[in-house]
Amino acid sequence: MTSPLPGGVDCDLHPAVAHLTSLLPYLNDYWRDQVTTRGMVDLVSQSYPTRSPISSRPDWRPAKGKPGERLIDMQSQALDPFKVAYGILNPLYGVQMVFSEDMQDAFCRALNDWLAKEWLDKDARLRGSIVIPTQSVEKSVAEIERCAKDPRFVQVLMLVMGDVPLGKRALWPIYATAERLGLPIGIHAGSAYHNPPTSVGWGSYHIEDYVAQAQAFQTQLTSIIVEGVFARHPKLKMVMLESGFTWLAPFVWRLHKFWRGTRMETPWFDRPPMEIVQSNIRFSLQPVDAPPDPVVLNRLFDHMQSDELILFSTDYPHWQFEDEKALPEGLSADLVHKIMIDNPYATYGRLKQTATAA
Amino acid sequence: MNIQVRERPQGASTVVAKTAIADCDIHPARASKTELYPFLAKRWHAHLETYQEHPYQGMLEGPPYPKAQPNAARRDAYPPEGGQQGSSLSFMQKQHLDPNNVVLGVLNPLRTGQGLRNHDLAAAICSAINDWQIEKWTSKDSRLKGSVVVANEDGATAAKEIRKRAGDKNFVQVLLLSRNVEPLGQRRYWPIYEAAEEAGLPIGVHAFGFGGNPITASGWPSYYIEEMVGHSQCQQTALASLVLEGVFERHPKLNMIMVEAGFGWAPSLAWRLDKVWQRLGSEVPHVKRPPSEYIREHIWWTTQPMEDPERRQELFDVIEWIGWDKLLFATDYPHWDFDDPSRVLPPGVSDANREAFYLGNARKVYGLA
Amino acid sequence: MAKHVIAPVDELPPGTRKFLTIDDRPIAIFNIKGEFFGLLNRCPHQGAALCEGPLIGLAQSSDPGEIEYTKLGEIIRCPWHGWEFDVRTGQSYCDPRRFRVKTYQAHVEPGTSVVKGPYVAETVKVAVESDYVVVEL
Repeated sequence: MTSPLPGGVDCDLHPAVAHLTSLLPYLNDYWRDQVTTRGMVDLVSQSYPTRSPISSRPDWRPAKGKPGERLIDMQSQALDPFKVAYGILNPLYGVQMVFSEDMQDAFCRALNDWLAKEWLDKDARLRGSIVIPTQSVEKSVAEIERCAKDPRFVQVLMLVMGDVPLGKRALWPIYATAERLGLPIGIHAGSAYHNPPTSVGWGSYHIEDYVAQAQAFQTQLTSIIVEGVFARHPKLKMVMLESGFTWLAPFVWRLHKFWRGTRMETPWFDRPPMEIVQSNIRFSLQPVDAPPDPVVLNRLFDHMQSDELILFSTDYPHWQFEDEKALPEGLSADLVHKIMIDNPYATYGRLKQTATAA
Repeated sequence: MNIQVRERPQGASTVVAKTAIADCDIHPARASKTELYPFLAKRWHAHLETYQEHPYQGMLEGPPYPKAQPNAARRDAYPPEGGQQGSSLSFMQKQHLDPNNVVLGVLNPLRTGQGLRNHDLAAAICSAINDWQIEKWTSKDSRLKGSVVVANEDGATAAKEIRKRAGDKNFVQVLLLSRNVEPLGQRRYWPIYEAAEEAGLPIGVHAFGFGGNPITASGWPSYYIEEMVGHSQCQQTALASLVLEGVFERHPKLNMIMVEAGFGWAPSLAWRLDKVWQRLGSEVPHVKRPPSEYIREHIWWTTQPMEDPERRQELFDVIEWIGWDKLLFATDYPHWDFDDPSRVLPPGVSDANREAFYLGNARKVYGLA
Repeated sequence: MAKHVIAPVDELPPGTRKFLTIDDRPIAIFNIKGEFFGLLNRCPHQGAALCEGPLIGLAQSSDPGEIEYTKLGEIIRCPWHGWEFDVRTGQSYCDPRRFRVKTYQAHVEPGTSVVKGPYVAETVKVAVESDYVVVEL
């Protein structure tokens, strides 16, 4: 087994909201009453059905309630065993599926407040991602600015399958705000289901939707690069979370090849795409979509031409590996150090700041 | 710092240029709007002239994402007698088939009845295109073989057309597109697979088409380059659907060729499918074996547009993971992003693999060995 | 080097081009706004007849959505893959910054870019002598 190093950062943990009613204390009177009087139910995304095997490793699944619902479980099952200095929380509560911008904004604010109060306040290792109401760019910017006052929020969270491709200029005020505040944008697997969850329509199965996440990350990476997000915002980093990464090199080869013939269409895209990936894009470790063969894995890392791209993650409580085998076999000690420690700290600037609640 | 600038040899090796090759993706075109009329019932002539076509996207003339070159084709491929690139057999012979020593050319007509919302019109045009392929192309040059084009959104009608053409040596495959109303594994398309397997024809799944869905899972992108790169993702998803719906479990003799979407994506997709199947396989009990096994047994890829890394060895790594026996050379003539046969394969390939890549694999998969 | 008289200047007005072969080398001569330039009619990428492509300007951008369009009629697009070459110098624009292959441990260095591509089309020396276009080859 490739042993983890203490003092690292787990860049993808999922605290679960027990039920929509858990957010009631964090909603104002109007929304509290809307939830109860209209009988609103839990916001569970089809991307992660609660009892799906991917949603929780069997030994992490509690007898009652949702996986990842209790801090004490996350501590004993993820934070402590991997001896991390920090764990970054990415709530996957289904707020992105909501269509009304006002409702979505209310729920996002409540969710972010819930995260601070019930998680960040309770374990000094924990850091949070700001979940934003993507139905409104203006409200998203406001929510980022509000939550960023708390230095324990270290990232802005969006889904890979949203309403529009992430490179579209209408979204750029979000990126401008994040860049200004030193926050990476975390793009996580999952869909708002406002578009078919694949690029060729609606499939039949949950397994199909899950496989399709990787293709969605690919099209989003194309969008972000060709639209010139980093030409406008060179200091911004985007982190692909639960995306897989073994598709990266051939994807870049293809993008580079077409770029040469269509350059005039997007002349602000003026650096080779692999350079842009290396300067501005990162990937969380899980899932590792590769055979358990060190030779193959090391070839894949060679193809990526950089040891700075991968950030350690367990993807807790999702089921991506057994026991403590989060790190694949065959990684050099140097690479483990980069993945667990150097790369996360280089990506999340706020980790080095003192963390006191605002 | 280590700086590498990619160099290309100035002139093509004449030895390579004379190697007999299969070109598994050639696009024949019509020289005029009425060229199809002799093969199309009269009622459709007036219909087309009045109502035009009804695709699953808005534009009646031209594509939603304007191409990089007119007709998405090489500018030097206009036939001297007039007409669109790819519309003249004699010019295709002169410019491509003869000098590149193409001994097997697979025709993939685009701009057919596929992807039309009027299903009767779709069926009529597709059948006409199949007759046109014989009359204009395959009966006049025995190197060329056609694809049975079918009304892809109407499984029953498509199956009928396949059965009609079964056994006709003018055709070596059935043609589908990668972007449809639903992912290709869905049961509305199952009659097509049944008929193709019965007829002993492989199915070529060609990039493009419109099925009314945004071409990414997060909506419509802005640029043509995104559409072009995006064929890789659409093909991956179509393939995942075919595997996860059990199409190959039910049709063990059916083969498919992924056309014009590259192949570099295949190893990662196969690994991901296997991993997720181990986790979520209970949802799809009809998928009885690891997905990568179905892919290994039933799928081939045409090479164009060939992935082009700075370090050649990386390309070879990927091909090793897929298998040299799985690649079918293609130029995409007359399109602009065409791969020249004498330039596309880097040095360092064994004779056996080279032969398989350029011709042997194609002969096997199309039953012409 | 020998001089080859191509044509009277009047036969090659601005915006036009002329194709010819000299010593088995395919060449095209362009009149760009009254000045003459010559290129080998062979794309350094895959050998296409580069000079048969359309002439456009150079699109550059310092900010997404903003396009600075200069050198109108001076950039030729290869008829195959559409790579852009400056007719005056043969310089390609298809890969604006020189691609630096990183070693496994090295960093990407920021800084000023080399805005030109690594491919260069072969130029041919052209002059005007006594109202005739002359190529030196």
